[in-house]
Amino acid sequence: MGQPSVDTIWDWLDQVPDPEIPVISLVDLGIIRDVKWEGDTLKVAVTPTYSGCPATSVINFDIETALRDRGIEKLTLTQQLSPPWTTDWLSDKGKAALEKFGIAPPSPKGEPDRCPNCGGHDLERTSQFGSTPCKALWRCRDCLEPFDYFKCI
Amino acid sequence: MADNALFQFLLRMGDNSLILGHRVSEWCGHSPVLEEDIALANTALDLIGQTQFWLGLAGEVEGKGRSADDLAFLRDAWDYRNVLLCELPNGDFGRTLMRQFLYDAWASVMLGRLMTSSNERVAAIAAKASKEVAYHVERSGDTVVGLGDGTEESHARMQAALDYLWPYVGEMFDGDEVDAAMVKAGIAPDPASLREEYDALVSKVLGQATLTIPTDTFHHKGGRTGYMHTEHLGHLLCSMQWLQRAYPGATW
Repeated sequence: MGQPSVDTIWDWLDQVPDPEIPVISLVDLGIIRDVKWEGDTLKVAVTPTYSGCPATSVINFDIETALRDRGIEKLTLTQQLSPPWTTDWLSDKGKAALEKFGIAPPSPKGEPDRCPNCGGHDLERTSQFGSTPCKALWRCRDCLEPFDYFKCI
Repeated sequence: MADNALFQFLLRMGDNSLILGHRVSEWCGHSPVLEEDIALANTALDLIGQTQFWLGLAGEVEGKGRSADDLAFLRDAWDYRNVLLCELPNGDFGRTLMRQFLYDAWASVMLGRLMTSSNERVAAIAAKASKEVAYHVERSGDTVVGLGDGTEESHARMQAALDYLWPYVGEMFDGDEVDAAMVKAGIAPDPASLREEYDALVSKVLGQATLTIPTDTFHHKGGRTGYMHTEHLGHLLCSMQWLQRAYPGATW
């Protein structure tokens, strides 16, 4: 078998779900920073979302498993800190999937645009921190449902 | 010498976030309300994540093959370089949040400066960490204002917390030959140069919180140089390092 193209690898990685928010892929999340071949070794650069995110090691494991399952034998994963991850790197496909799942996607104004459940605009923040480092807790005063907001950083 | 100074500087950064991160993690499951429990656990997680970067780099610079875990779990109290403020016991919820604010305010100024460090690795860690600290200082500042300008009881507790903690603030701005070497190499700023920005931020928030900053300028020291920690650090390490001390090299 010949060497799969870099584009093919990106497609494969786009099928690996985020372990904590499985409706979006690692590519949607914007944490895969580079994919390249160096000779017969595939090099994948990954950036963490938050420094202490416990999903980081699971993510590396999932990437490795997905690529090895497809026959990649020589693989190096590197951690790339700079430039730091930003929610600007979330794909439009990913943002749409988040909202459909009930998580308000990040918005440049620093707060959710609308309630992901009813579309209401009368919102209040319950806490800057949520069930994962990347989320905050909000509540909709229209439908009274609490929801997660993907924080903008 | 230059490398040893850089190693010491990185230990100071990493030990601050490790020891404070551990202290904050002690609240996990004990906070007054669920949201605060989650917030404190997330803050601790960020701090311990930042520690992995600082101590990981420290281990590389030292060049003796020590990992971030080795530095965290296999050093004794006298080898720690955190400021004393970080190792003080949590006290009540108010004191924990006051300590957090006094530290976050310093970290937000310090990391902002380190983002232009001549050392690319230091600049990258600072850029990453400063995004998280921006959230921390917003929250700890809001909570200090909420409790300070709250009920008679909460105000009194916050003033007592500030009176207790203020003598530990000055150490964050002390300098020595390690700092001089960092300034010369363009790696880190002179700690004293952060004071003006820090005081501006802290007085603004404490003013909103209707709290009075003590006028006594005496400050405790000995943590960042390792000269003398408080008795509290040893107790903290007993709990944090227990597993690696009882079962050396244990993994799971």
